[in-house]
Amino acid sequence: MISMETSNLTKETLKKMFAEGKRFDGRNLLEFRDISIEIGVSNKAEGSTRVRLGKTDVIVGVKLAPGEPYPDSPDKGNLSVSCDLLPLASPRFEMGPPGFYAIELPRLVDRAIRGSSMIELEKLFIEEGKVWTVFIDIYPINDDGNLIDASTIGAIIALKNTMIPVLDEKGMIDYEKKPTKKLPLSKTYPFSFTFYKLGNSIIMDPTREEEEACDARITFGVSYWNNQYMVNSCQKTGELSFSKEEISKITNILSKKFDEMNEKLKKFL
Amino acid sequence: MAKEFKRKDGRKPTELRKIVAKVGVIPNADGSAMFAFGDTVAIAAVYGPRLLHPKHMEDPTKCILRVNYDLLPFSVHDRKKPGPSRRSQEISKVTEWALSPVVDLKSFPNTVIDVQIYIIQADAGTRTAGINAASMALAHAGIPMKNLVCSVAVGKLDKNLVVDLTKEEEDFEEGEGSTDFAIARIANTDEFTLLQFDGKVQPELINDLISLSDNACKEIYEAQKKALKEIIK
Amino acid sequence: MKKVKENKINEEITEQEISSEEYEHAKRKPVIPGEIIVSGEDYLPGDGTRREGNDIVANRFGLAEESGRVIKVIALTGAFIPRRGNVVLGRVTDITFHGWIIDIGSASQAFLPIEESPKFVSKAEMDQFIAIGDIVAAKIWGVKSKGIDLTLKGKGLGKLEGGFVFHTNPNRVPRIIGKEGSMINLIKENTSSNITVGQNGWIWIKADSVDNQIKARKAIEFVVEKVHIEGLTEKMEEWFRNYK
Repeated sequence: MISMETSNLTKETLKKMFAEGKRFDGRNLLEFRDISIEIGVSNKAEGSTRVRLGKTDVIVGVKLAPGEPYPDSPDKGNLSVSCDLLPLASPRFEMGPPGFYAIELPRLVDRAIRGSSMIELEKLFIEEGKVWTVFIDIYPINDDGNLIDASTIGAIIALKNTMIPVLDEKGMIDYEKKPTKKLPLSKTYPFSFTFYKLGNSIIMDPTREEEEACDARITFGVSYWNNQYMVNSCQKTGELSFSKEEISKITNILSKKFDEMNEKLKKFL
Repeated sequence: MAKEFKRKDGRKPTELRKIVAKVGVIPNADGSAMFAFGDTVAIAAVYGPRLLHPKHMEDPTKCILRVNYDLLPFSVHDRKKPGPSRRSQEISKVTEWALSPVVDLKSFPNTVIDVQIYIIQADAGTRTAGINAASMALAHAGIPMKNLVCSVAVGKLDKNLVVDLTKEEEDFEEGEGSTDFAIARIANTDEFTLLQFDGKVQPELINDLISLSDNACKEIYEAQKKALKEIIK
Repeated sequence: MKKVKENKINEEITEQEISSEEYEHAKRKPVIPGEIIVSGEDYLPGDGTRREGNDIVANRFGLAEESGRVIKVIALTGAFIPRRGNVVLGRVTDITFHGWIIDIGSASQAFLPIEESPKFVSKAEMDQFIAIGDIVAAKIWGVKSKGIDLTLKGKGLGKLEGGFVFHTNPNRVPRIIGKEGSMINLIKENTSSNITVGQNGWIWIKADSVDNQIKARKAIEFVVEKVHIEGLTEKMEEWFRNYK
């Protein structure tokens, strides 16, 4: 998958352990690590969050800037999600042009957010030819696996805390003025849940060691919309296939996983 | 004269902003640290000595110290585009020169020590906070080194000499305006490894400005030392 | 037969480690680079220190220790620095015409020439002897500026079969092994497992059950987390008594 750093021995051992439903840190296969959230890590951002999922540590910042709308949606704001896999965060991240993971990760977060209609982009219209662009920047600080799900959590909590800056007469942002308006959001927000496959086992929230041993993954963006659970995005990554049976096993627990995560994070949402 | 000067945030001219220093903030790294002057927050990770790519950059006589400094896009008011800018490349290089005099690079020929510095939140003095964090991270990585490096910005607001300027002070325009002089020194010595400013300073004031970093760097050194020793409990 | 082989690897590493790290020191204090450890003409600068006038000064971060007149600083953190004679574990990353390229988690690439195999291996069948992704226990016999040379000739060295490998802080290897192997033996006895500790902090565990495997790894991680070593054996024994 992301790398082939794992040894044959470790892979075989993890395969056997997962088949018995066991992990080194004592979690069951579908259990998340402890989550901690810090809000407002940069006072220059319009919204920012630091998410720690075990030893995985991700900072997400939201910036807003007035700009031109896309030609096909002249009355709607823009959303732009990017991610840098800094060599700061892991010995396996290198300087230079982004690898595929750094391209895929923000796209997965983007599609989960877009698909859930979390941001009311139509309310980000400023005037003819001018709308707000919402920039979500994802920066892993320490990669100990499952960056995708951690990044989505970071993004939605940062959005929940985002304020719209004040524009002056010339239409430029006046950072001296304290913003009073929150970013227009619907009641819906997505979580992403990534399921990793090794042998015949499916696990969630892998550590880096586990992640490196896995053969494939599938990510679902899930939200709760109009009193029902909705899957907003889906992507399978990696060379191995998932069976129909595996997919239905996964989709059957999405609503339960959504509720669990929601319960853990409700005071931030 | 300078002592009468009142700063907007109520600090005395020679008073630093609140320092926060912490070691071991990035478990994946061989060494890591964070350092904050007030609202300026820097984190640094050190990886290595490790294999150098591309191979043709290897030096058979010594290890290469490779510094990368940058701002996170949301650390400043106007979003900074991800990726290196001319500014960040210059700061990376002067940071490298600020740190390399203390690092024993001869011990590990053909390898690289990577120092990654990122600014999470910027309110002026980011390169100096970055150097302080990097110096701690190098020590934390067990790299053989002569000493720590301590860094601070000193400066002048009109005719008043001050230490550790905020962004607002950097933007001060009255009289002789604002000068922000970034200094790094080998701890507890009179050896300076970073000297960088632009502004308006009378030549005879340069030494006074540099001397302002004496006490500031002592305070910074104590914070760095405490943070490093805290992890050995 | 195999069991004997595994134990031999451990013996070898244990011997070598104890000679480089003595354990009978009470006077240890944390120091940072540039800090004066002691003053006086009587002292001699050892590893990680230098003399400056009358002072012995730390050259690195760690625990300063007095051993007679010699002062040294023991590193607690940082990357693995390979030395001749170290037994390390490594993962095969590539096979060339002349041998195997091995990742040992250090700054230089390590190479195992085909001639350093303990038995004859034909060039056509190298991957049947050791394949990419396999783990070997090997000894460093040369550290050159261009790379590290490994050998499998020596008692107990070779490809590791079964079990698994994880990575930990190489600076903690001496305490994982303990005085004359006391710590590692305590862990082995309590988990019915075979354990090989490489100087590079790569550790191989093979236990009779998944539960013991998990227990052995947790025990090692417990040792790694403790910075000071006073009474560590007792703490480890207590940890085993309380383990569920």
